[in-house]
Amino acid sequence: MTATPRVGASAPARRGRGTADTGAGSRGAGSPGPSAWLAAPALLFFGLFAIVPLLGVVALSFTKWDGLGSPTFVGLDNWPRVLGDPVTQNGLKLTILLTVFTLIIQGPIALLLGVFMAGRQRYRELLSILYFLPLLFSAAAVGITFKALLDPNFGLGQAVGWDWLNQDWLGRPELVIPALLFVINWCFVPFHSLLYQGAARQIPASLYEAARIDGAGRVRTFFSITLPQMRSTVITSATLQIVGSLTYFDLIFVMTNGGPGNATRVLPLDMYLRGFRSYDMGGASVVGVVIVVIGLLVSFLLNRLTGNTRMESQMEGV
Amino acid sequence: MAGLTRRAVIAASVAAALSLAACGGGKQPSGPGGAASASKTGFSAWALTGGAETTMKNSFATWTKENSSAPASVEFIANDAYKEKIRTAVGSGNAPTLIWSWAGGSLQDYVKNKNVVDLTDSTKELQSRLVPSILNTGKVDGKVYAVPNNNAQPVLMYYNMDVLKKAGITTPPKTYAELLDAVSKLKAAGVKTPISLAGQSLWPELMWIEYLLDRQAGTEVFDRILKGDKTAWSDPGMLEAMKKVQELVKAGAFGDKFGSVVADSNADAALLYTGKSAMLLQGAWVYGTFLTDAPDFVKSGKLGWGPFPAIEGGKGDPSNVYGNPANFWSVSAAASPEQQKAAIDYLNKAMFNESYVSDLVKDGMVPVTNDAAPKFKGSDQEKFLTYAYDMTANAKNFQLSWDQSLSAAQSQALLNNLGQLFLGRQTPEGYAKAMQALQ
Repeated sequence: MTATPRVGASAPARRGRGTADTGAGSRGAGSPGPSAWLAAPALLFFGLFAIVPLLGVVALSFTKWDGLGSPTFVGLDNWPRVLGDPVTQNGLKLTILLTVFTLIIQGPIALLLGVFMAGRQRYRELLSILYFLPLLFSAAAVGITFKALLDPNFGLGQAVGWDWLNQDWLGRPELVIPALLFVINWCFVPFHSLLYQGAARQIPASLYEAARIDGAGRVRTFFSITLPQMRSTVITSATLQIVGSLTYFDLIFVMTNGGPGNATRVLPLDMYLRGFRSYDMGGASVVGVVIVVIGLLVSFLLNRLTGNTRMESQMEGV
Repeated sequence: MAGLTRRAVIAASVAAALSLAACGGGKQPSGPGGAASASKTGFSAWALTGGAETTMKNSFATWTKENSSAPASVEFIANDAYKEKIRTAVGSGNAPTLIWSWAGGSLQDYVKNKNVVDLTDSTKELQSRLVPSILNTGKVDGKVYAVPNNNAQPVLMYYNMDVLKKAGITTPPKTYAELLDAVSKLKAAGVKTPISLAGQSLWPELMWIEYLLDRQAGTEVFDRILKGDKTAWSDPGMLEAMKKVQELVKAGAFGDKFGSVVADSNADAALLYTGKSAMLLQGAWVYGTFLTDAPDFVKSGKLGWGPFPAIEGGKGDPSNVYGNPANFWSVSAAASPEQQKAAIDYLNKAMFNESYVSDLVKDGMVPVTNDAAPKFKGSDQEKFLTYAYDMTANAKNFQLSWDQSLSAAQSQALLNNLGQLFLGRQTPEGYAKAMQALQ
């Protein structure tokens, strides 16, 4: 049996496909399919605008530079100083908090909305357009608008006379995180719903028909067909959410500037404030490197743990 | 030149790398040579929006009309955005010909790195028109590197006399004890925010600690800090000033929502003129805000003003003033000789001439010229302008605000800890320790 791995059950078949893939890579120029040169412009851009600055930041993290004059090499001095700084540690904690809550809140809402939008209900088109709207606004505009709406003295609460809304939303450490999470999710749920809508539409109707014949109800079909069939989308969406939260900056910058105190000074904002407010480019670069490393590590792990790298089809047996 | 290019490359790569961040506004100076974004024989300038914007716009427009061979190309930028982009621009040799600053720490950095040129001799003509004490702020090591370009901006107390009267207060508080008393009377009268404070912007909080320290312990403590003496942060006078901040917050002087009030959108001034609060400590520039946003409030005489209250038993001279003596122009060393010449010509001939001064006065601003007082006569804003001018001229000490006089790293730590102090998340001792731990 082992001598003929390509014949037989699904597990060896999967292994077989793996070898075929690596074979394709080493076949070289003579192979059919697009030439590797087609990737050159993209690679060039990526190298110039991602890799080169990245190396620059790593180099800068070993220097002291205030933005004027030339950087001076200080060895490892910046690293223990910045990593030991309670402000950085607080930033890391906040970033993790933001990421976890984003996943918990955004994931389920986006998934349910997406599945709903893929359905055939009445007014679905209209509702979909409404859900989709926040995606069209720039983060800066959303930030400024919500800042004005949440203003306890001249905001929405005053305008409509709801006193419970006149809280010091952006000025109190215990209120500012929920307020920010609300706005961030309001901004990004539409995008992820869109992903899920597309994924839900791809699921063959025959699966549902078969399930209905077997007597499965709405809840049962959701958990046994819809959810498993959208596995790849769930992983994609989660990766985007996690990496997005790790580097999230603009809305927080506009709405709170890291305040009150350090209550919303997440890592990317900490990097920015260090670099462009305190003019401590060395320290800012350390934070920058930390963000890059965490981001890469998380997306790598996510791909590994979920087995998404194997790219197997969910349609087997259909 | 090689050094400059290398720095430019580093600056560009930092900017690019850190720009998963930046979304700021405004356009970068583009085109070959950056600074040359103006014509070859003209000059460029970045100025701030608000304040003396109208005066400057008129001045630059008139200049360009009369000197078509040396046109001025000006861009007006909001305060926060400007502070962030100017540093990168100067550091990479892309600064405009005229560099706006607050003098103090940033000017010292520019001088140290030879980013700006010495103006001591070349701007004699302009200097002869200006108040010497304010010119001094633009000097580094006895040489003039920056000349004032707008109005004196002392920080003072504003009052809504109507609200004070309703709470049974006929004269604004003259001492700290009276201030506390006024706060409790206002609270009893149902004013939830006796003192308006833009806590989200942080720098208005700085004005409180600056004045409290000055009235408590005089100018000596901050002078020590300026000289690099870190023990001054735990000086008894400094700790007492911080305790008074805590006392005011605890008494509810600033209400319980000051953390959401933003100065850039003038929400603190709005609280005063809408009668939601009775007092406001802010710069003289806010008078202009009152004039545009609530002209009737000013006209009806409900707006009052005065000095920061004295502290009983405190060492400080009640005539001492905090604020910005003015804003300043420096000339970029990266600009070509022709551009520098055009800019210096402009400074000598067009700055603080007749129309410049009268434009400032018209908008309720205090010009920093020698003979300004007679110009206020008969102007609509005579009362306020005379008060602010006298306050500036008679001040025993006009101290540039801390965030401008200290280095960027220090002032960021200062503001950050101050925000925590106002929130009740930092103790005076912890504050002092945090400032001393700074490298």
